[in-house]
Amino acid sequence: MIPAAFDYVRASSLTQAIELLRDNPDGAKLVAGGHTLLPALKLRLAAPELLIDIRSVAEIKGIEIGETHVKIGALTTHSELSASEPLNNVFPIFRETARLLADPQVRNRGTIGGSLANADPAADWPAVVLALGAQLEIVGATGRRTVPAEDFFLDIFTTTLAPDEILASIQIPKPKTGTRYAYRKIRHPASGFAVVGVAIAVRMLDGVVDEASIGITGATNHAFVGKEAAEFLTGKALTRDNIDEAARMLSENTECLSDRYAPAEYRANLVRVELGRALLELSQ
Amino acid sequence: MPATASTREVTIEINGLRRTGTVEARRLLVHFLREDLGLTGTHVGCDTSQCGACTVEIDGVAVKSCTVLAVMADGASITTIEGLTDGSGELSRVQKAFHDHHALQCGFCTPGMVMSVRNLLRENPNPSEREIRHGLAGNICRCTGYHNIVRAVESLASEGSVA
Repeated sequence: MIPAAFDYVRASSLTQAIELLRDNPDGAKLVAGGHTLLPALKLRLAAPELLIDIRSVAEIKGIEIGETHVKIGALTTHSELSASEPLNNVFPIFRETARLLADPQVRNRGTIGGSLANADPAADWPAVVLALGAQLEIVGATGRRTVPAEDFFLDIFTTTLAPDEILASIQIPKPKTGTRYAYRKIRHPASGFAVVGVAIAVRMLDGVVDEASIGITGATNHAFVGKEAAEFLTGKALTRDNIDEAARMLSENTECLSDRYAPAEYRANLVRVELGRALLELSQ
Repeated sequence: MPATASTREVTIEINGLRRTGTVEARRLLVHFLREDLGLTGTHVGCDTSQCGACTVEIDGVAVKSCTVLAVMADGASITTIEGLTDGSGELSRVQKAFHDHHALQCGFCTPGMVMSVRNLLRENPNPSEREIRHGLAGNICRCTGYHNIVRAVESLASEGSVA
């Protein structure tokens, strides 16, 4: 399969990439790993006039472990997220999630920024950044802004990014001691995407949940935070009954997507089962 | 769509040699390798980034060359299956293990499998059977001949160097 013809520019800075986006308001697409865009180009589901390659933009690369935050450049590949010891020492959920994502070659090329900005409703990283309470740093012609992950995902393949803005980094507050994480998903057998994926961060104190946060992907038009279930768990022990109740609550409050592989009712059940399993894992 | 196809000069180091070419921006790397340079050891299987037959190494990591544009590889260093031997006919270590363990049936997936095995052993020189299967998840064998492929990789485990 061969994409429709397009022009190509390799941008060397964010400023240049943003200018190119502004100058081509209808027909430009950013490309980094290209592992969502290229298949779409080959199927001619997308036919931009211009591809702006941002792989060489140094300012959005790399992982920094700061005093209060961890900063992940948007160009960081899934493999780099999995391989980084400093990152996984703080947030082991990155390795846990990356391992479940696509396959080694795709992980070597695809980027977390691309995954988040594309906002596939079945992508894995959206659930993780939601559970970690991440802030997404966005750069545009008029400057920088930071958006909580919770406000970033708007709809299917739709985010709060304006056409001339670029997701630059993911900034995650460092966790309190003793916070533990889990990511679980029911993997679509063909695509590897999440039919349902659940990311959790839980901190226990004196036998009860001190803080909990839950990110869900795959179930609805866009990844979301399971607030009620997390609030229900706070102050309670992770007993079987409490876990079952939180899972039931989340499942019943979720208007699930339906497709040929997973009707809404089945997806809602997967939400219940996967949250239950993830919490059980963390209770042990 | 641009009125005229946009072309670019690319210079890529392939198997240690500097290669140049003029490509349309939309030219896929795998087509550049196979059709422009005649490096037909890299196969096109599914053409949808599923099967891994087109796996090559770009700057030391395995990627699917059907999902990379040739222009995006400009300036990179690439190793294809042809680059694993020095032309003397001597097989590389991974290739020899495939030969010894009959790790191929029709052979179509083999170049991609070999490139992925190199990637796996670089990251994990002593993989378990489970880790081997996980590490080769991006490569499909249409003959379903996975058993001997896993045996071949097991024979390489903990031997050390990748080449």
